[in-house]
Amino acid sequence: MNASARMRVWGMIRKESLQILRDPSSISIAFVMPVVLLFLFGYGVSLDAKDIAVGIVIEQPDTASDALAGAFERSAFFRPQRFESIQMARQALDEHRIDGVVWLRSDFSTRLFSGNEAPIGVIVNGVDSNQANITKRYIEGAWLAWLDHYAGIRGQSILMPVELESRVWFNAALSSRLFLVPGLIAIIMTLIGSLLTAMVVAREWERGTMEALMATPLRMTEMLAGKLIPYFVLGMGGMLLSVALAVWQFDVPLRGSFWLLMVSSALFMLVALAIGLLISVVSKNQFVAGQVAIIATFLPAFILSGFLFDINSMPEVIQWLTHLIPARYFVAILQTLFLAGDVWPVVLSNMGALLLMLVFFAVLVWHKTGKGLE
Amino acid sequence: MHLNYIVALMLKEFLAVLRDKRSRFVLIAPPVVQLLVFSFAATYDLNHVPVAIYDEDRGGEARALIARLEGSPTFEIVVKISHQDEIAALIDNREVLMVLHIGQNFSTELQRGERAPLQVILDGRNSNTAMVAMNYLHTVLLDYNRSWLSAQGQNSPKVSLQTRAWYNENLQSRWFIVPGIMGLLILVVALLVTALSVAREREAGTFDQLLVTPLRPAEILIGKAIPGIIIGGLEATLILVLMVVLFDIPLRGDLGALYLGIVLFLLSAVGMGLMISAIAVTQQQAILGAFLFLVPAVILSGFSTPIANMPEPVQWLTYLDPLRYFLVVVRGVMLEGDSYALLMHQYWPMVIIGVGSLVMAGWLFRRRMY
Repeated sequence: MNASARMRVWGMIRKESLQILRDPSSISIAFVMPVVLLFLFGYGVSLDAKDIAVGIVIEQPDTASDALAGAFERSAFFRPQRFESIQMARQALDEHRIDGVVWLRSDFSTRLFSGNEAPIGVIVNGVDSNQANITKRYIEGAWLAWLDHYAGIRGQSILMPVELESRVWFNAALSSRLFLVPGLIAIIMTLIGSLLTAMVVAREWERGTMEALMATPLRMTEMLAGKLIPYFVLGMGGMLLSVALAVWQFDVPLRGSFWLLMVSSALFMLVALAIGLLISVVSKNQFVAGQVAIIATFLPAFILSGFLFDINSMPEVIQWLTHLIPARYFVAILQTLFLAGDVWPVVLSNMGALLLMLVFFAVLVWHKTGKGLE
Repeated sequence: MHLNYIVALMLKEFLAVLRDKRSRFVLIAPPVVQLLVFSFAATYDLNHVPVAIYDEDRGGEARALIARLEGSPTFEIVVKISHQDEIAALIDNREVLMVLHIGQNFSTELQRGERAPLQVILDGRNSNTAMVAMNYLHTVLLDYNRSWLSAQGQNSPKVSLQTRAWYNENLQSRWFIVPGIMGLLILVVALLVTALSVAREREAGTFDQLLVTPLRPAEILIGKAIPGIIIGGLEATLILVLMVVLFDIPLRGDLGALYLGIVLFLLSAVGMGLMISAIAVTQQQAILGAFLFLVPAVILSGFSTPIANMPEPVQWLTYLDPLRYFLVVVRGVMLEGDSYALLMHQYWPMVIIGVGSLVMAGWLFRRRMY
């Protein structure tokens, strides 16, 4: 690059940077949004159920049934509430005051002591099926604890011969924060790289200033470089801010190497920028560009990337589709680098995929921008 | 209030959005595609969980346990390993989600009537998946224990849990998520249509022209709000039909109660959109502003993670989120068959948010008239 080309690119960078700095909305997308998102996901959102409100109905209280109720009251997962009758508990379930009911019928103890089947009725509100499953599992746990205790008292043999000893690697406490926060970085970078860039370049087309730029000695490559460098810097800034918050504020371990994280983030940022550019070039209108960017980049990054929902459990066709979402590869890299460490096979294969996408989108942008004016 | 002025402005607003082929396209096609893709994708239910088996025992008891796992639709045994060292690579490279380690003495211990530990190693990178997989495994083990005890002639525990799930009997997460996607999609559409309407005029300079017409600010506001509500309502109807026909989500409650919820929700969404529009100077600011509202609104609504799990201060914040109320309405009507009375506490906050934001937007319009 000769001196005049450098000057042209530099001028373009300066113009873009000033535009970013003068528009409060750009700054807030780049810096306020990541902080809001990180705090929401770091502190606000959690899949870990606690204090589950269960109603306990004991129609005929005695020592055996009280011991079972005690098992629920001692458990850290429950906030048990006693109800006089099953009707009242059902009413409370309907009104969402409780999430589940444990129901001991009046003949529970008689049946238990006479050696008959003594069923315990459990009702859970299944609308939120994931939480319902967790509630069910915790109720089962409390029940098993009680059974074991009860069998011990009566000198019976062990009730559960095979016992699960689980060890969870990378996230021993199964805290959903450690899982959600790293993936969030992919979402934040998608926002800056694709949404913000698509809007900005589309504005240039909509206002006709793109034509004015084309009439200057600025070459296409120089213009693209000048446009993209400020957003690249902005995106990487957002990424560094997120990493800092993740590690120092939310205690997410960074077990892999920082440099590998930087390199893969830079690669992802370039892919996101290329997609943002492509959207703007194709739509040439801010309304359409904004909509398309949200629909084609942000929402898929949220739902199809493995950030929240497990890709393996999606139907096959959707699984293929996720391969078209760059965030999918980056989320895999992030979760591995943060929680597991430098696992080369995972990092390299996903970076390879990102590289392929970068080449593909760069060629496409080149082809589309080359056509120039309508 | 001049009705014909408002109607004229509404017509103009519809034309502004629908005239352009690409704008028309982004209003209709993407929501449908998203509903289809996301509804299939967004599930917490697991299937095909890849499992590795490390069986050191090789006895009949171990084989029976493995057979149970193979018979479960949740698990897929992808590899059987014979050495401890192989575990790390399998988990690290995400080839399996869990490794089941059956120790050397598993069968002997069982036969002697001792407790036989079964070790499982899970990849915790996705904590929810790991948790759900462990729950499934617990269920398989519970069954195994019972059948083993009864095969031994021992009495299996006489106390059993009889669990029933109400409203979503098979606990399919799709039933929970898909109605949520409806709320998400109509919020996006209503918000963007209105948020851009004023900003576009301001950027093009036509907003000043609008202000010198005989239209009063309140009339401008209504003329701009109603198209958003109509477009959102039509989209909601389309999505509702697809949900019931394609995804077999039951519609157990009163359609009127649902539509009352849709209209009130759209009112609050449109109010928020116009408020953003009144603050923004350019379209870019309007879209980004809409986004700054949209993302927290989705996260705090209980769309994917329960509000009850959030810390208390964050839970207070969710009361400002119209989507929070609408999700209760749409899930309540469709799955629980709720009607007006039970949903009253969801309706009135949406009215307050809607009216409040519209008044605020009106005030901002007036203030912008120099």
